[in-house]
Amino acid sequence: MKFSWQNYDSRGFYDELIAERGSARAAGSAVAKHIRSLTMDEIRERQRAAELAVKTMGITFTVYSEGTNIDRAWPYDIIPRTISGSDWDRVEAGLVQRLTALNLFIDDVYNEQRILRDRVVPRELIVESGNFRAACVGMRPKHGVWAHICGSDLIRDRDGTFYVLEDNLRVPSGVSYMLENRKVTKRVFPELFAADNMRPIGEYTAHLFAMLASLSPREGQRPVVVVLTPGIYNSAYFEHSYLAQQMGAELVEGGDLFVGSDDCVYMRTIAGQARVDVIYRRIDDLFLDPEVFNPDSTLGVPGLMRAWLRGKVALANAPGAGVADDKAVYTYVPDMIRYYLDQDAILPTVETYRCGEKEPCAFVLQHLDKLVVKPVNESGGYGMLMGPSASADERHAFARLLRANPRNYVAQPLVALSTCPTVCGDDIEPRHLDLRPFILQGAQHYVTPGGLTRVALKKGSFVVNSSQGGGSKDTWIVDCP
Amino acid sequence: MSMLSRVAERVYWLGRYLERIENSARLVSVYGNVLLDLPSSAKLRWESLLAITGSSEDFAARYSVADEHNVARFYLTDRDNPTSIINSADSARENARTVREMVPVSIWEGINDLHIYLNDNVDSAASRRGRDAFLGRVIESCQYLVGCMAGSMSRDAAYHFLRAGRYLERADMTSRIVDVGTANVFPWGTGSRQDGAASRESDPYESILWMNVLRSLNALQMYRRAVPGRICAEEVTAYLLQDENFPRAVSNCLQALASCLRHLPHNEAAVATVTAAMDHVRQANLTQLLKEDGVHDFIDEMQIEFNALHAVINASWFEAQR
Repeated sequence: MKFSWQNYDSRGFYDELIAERGSARAAGSAVAKHIRSLTMDEIRERQRAAELAVKTMGITFTVYSEGTNIDRAWPYDIIPRTISGSDWDRVEAGLVQRLTALNLFIDDVYNEQRILRDRVVPRELIVESGNFRAACVGMRPKHGVWAHICGSDLIRDRDGTFYVLEDNLRVPSGVSYMLENRKVTKRVFPELFAADNMRPIGEYTAHLFAMLASLSPREGQRPVVVVLTPGIYNSAYFEHSYLAQQMGAELVEGGDLFVGSDDCVYMRTIAGQARVDVIYRRIDDLFLDPEVFNPDSTLGVPGLMRAWLRGKVALANAPGAGVADDKAVYTYVPDMIRYYLDQDAILPTVETYRCGEKEPCAFVLQHLDKLVVKPVNESGGYGMLMGPSASADERHAFARLLRANPRNYVAQPLVALSTCPTVCGDDIEPRHLDLRPFILQGAQHYVTPGGLTRVALKKGSFVVNSSQGGGSKDTWIVDCP
Repeated sequence: MSMLSRVAERVYWLGRYLERIENSARLVSVYGNVLLDLPSSAKLRWESLLAITGSSEDFAARYSVADEHNVARFYLTDRDNPTSIINSADSARENARTVREMVPVSIWEGINDLHIYLNDNVDSAASRRGRDAFLGRVIESCQYLVGCMAGSMSRDAAYHFLRAGRYLERADMTSRIVDVGTANVFPWGTGSRQDGAASRESDPYESILWMNVLRSLNALQMYRRAVPGRICAEEVTAYLLQDENFPRAVSNCLQALASCLRHLPHNEAAVATVTAAMDHVRQANLTQLLKEDGVHDFIDEMQIEFNALHAVINASWFEAQR
């Protein structure tokens, strides 16, 4: 018996594929039709084949504190998530606008501080932030850009509107999985590609390399670009290695680099030392340079900040860029866009209560059962409270944390994340998802067509992080005729 | 672009681990076959294999009986034996993972696949029937990887380090396998070589033993083409240690190692060390050594030279910049 969409029901949530009972949205019609031509056995067989492909391709991610078994197979669902080209064009314009404003903001904060003087953003919110790096004051990186690589998390509400949930401006990860997901789909669903007109994503690493090369302090020479990783035990090690491989760049650890007496950065090679021009660093600020930040860090390179401040090496993203991805600063991004660009934000943000302010904080404490409360400075879904699904005890415990350090938290209403059909055991069921596109900014901008779609595999769950049992899907931007 | 010292070291070890996996598979395979061919009255025992690989103590600490089942388990799938095939495969995969940007995707996928196979087939390695297929598959995977490397890697530093690791490991293992043969020329009295020396000429099992030694190195056919006459200890040891053309002969391995090292910068000390080892093995009079029961000591000397070679490679390229 062929699969039928008649019984598929997303229960009022916006579904990416099926608009109403049984009928597909335009961008997904070919996908929905193809799935309808298969039996559930055949669909499960494809899912198994995909899981095997993921295993043999060695696409892995790492979960912290798992003893010796440090990498796990990447969870992938075979049904692609489709978005129409016209919807996407607007999202893309919104993301470029947003990152442009964020970079103007970071550059301003470390130099003139106009936006603080004009009281558009409260001064104490910035200079007292754990992400503000005094060591960066007065620095002007090339192109005036601090956040060269940004991963923004987008969600769709009940009516299908895209919202920005957060911007990751420090060391956003996930792009390698976006690229590998497409390869897996090509292996297990090749016939789907003939039917659809989707935008290719494979050029990302070429754009990334060109952007990084454009940051080189030595003009006229072929720049030496390296990827700096904390090493094999980092949760994103697969990605560090993958990106280095795809760009033909050297993958280095802190111990491979040193800063010479001329303040230039060198790597230790079998033939002696070799100068490095651009470092795509995948290490947090505080571990970059033990001479300036955490003195116990063995992951970084002593003297690296000195080399960067003197313009001898480029760092992407620049140290200090994280000052703008604080979840409390997030609430001011529409104001920044107006302030620097004199434009309205194209992409809306989710209503957010800053717990550092008295009235919103009182409101949040009274409505903990309806809100999602997040630490401003964490990623990966760690340390947050999902109010509606938490127990009374959990909420009490969290209220104590919140009162002790209100500046550390923001709260948002639970957004009704959109769903997409997902293979779950013996059936296809709706599961909630988000989307992380990647935006590059050097001399120019580049936005990945689509991004990494993360799926909450547990029924009804809104938590999509892979470290918390989330899965993923290939994401297609489909240009409908 | 010049290669990072750390990456060079990991590539070199990747080469060693892959070769170690293949060699261990060959070693267990030949030993099982020798035992099948010899009469049960012969006192050739699995203990001898443990002694040759220097594993007797480690084995005795965790197993009470050195029978086929336990010894095979120890070499193949024992997680507590650091040199077991399954642990070598873990190490190979970890090294490949850390240098994934250096090797072609097909090689990474091949290593990953071997690792998955080993972990999924631990049980079949336990029975004698399943073991042959298991070992065959492991050897085949290793050979596939060698082929991928030859066919798809640029002849740059990564390729030379990978092969340097392979040839040093291979020379080491061939010498150990020869040692297995000489130690067991006298199946009626392991450990009492002097008594056996006189009756060696009449040993009916000598050629069976050496045939299996050759087989374990995939050398039987090439040996027959190169050496006429009865298969005997003198000829086989000379062939496996000194032949210039057979790719698993120690002399050939060292020659290949020298040619890898010559492609690398600052190679003087390492090339000098490998040349000295090569001269030593080529000048040995094996007939004389066999008569004096000195092959085992000679192989010990060679292994000391292999260790020195590893040390000089380490000092020249991996630690020089630290």
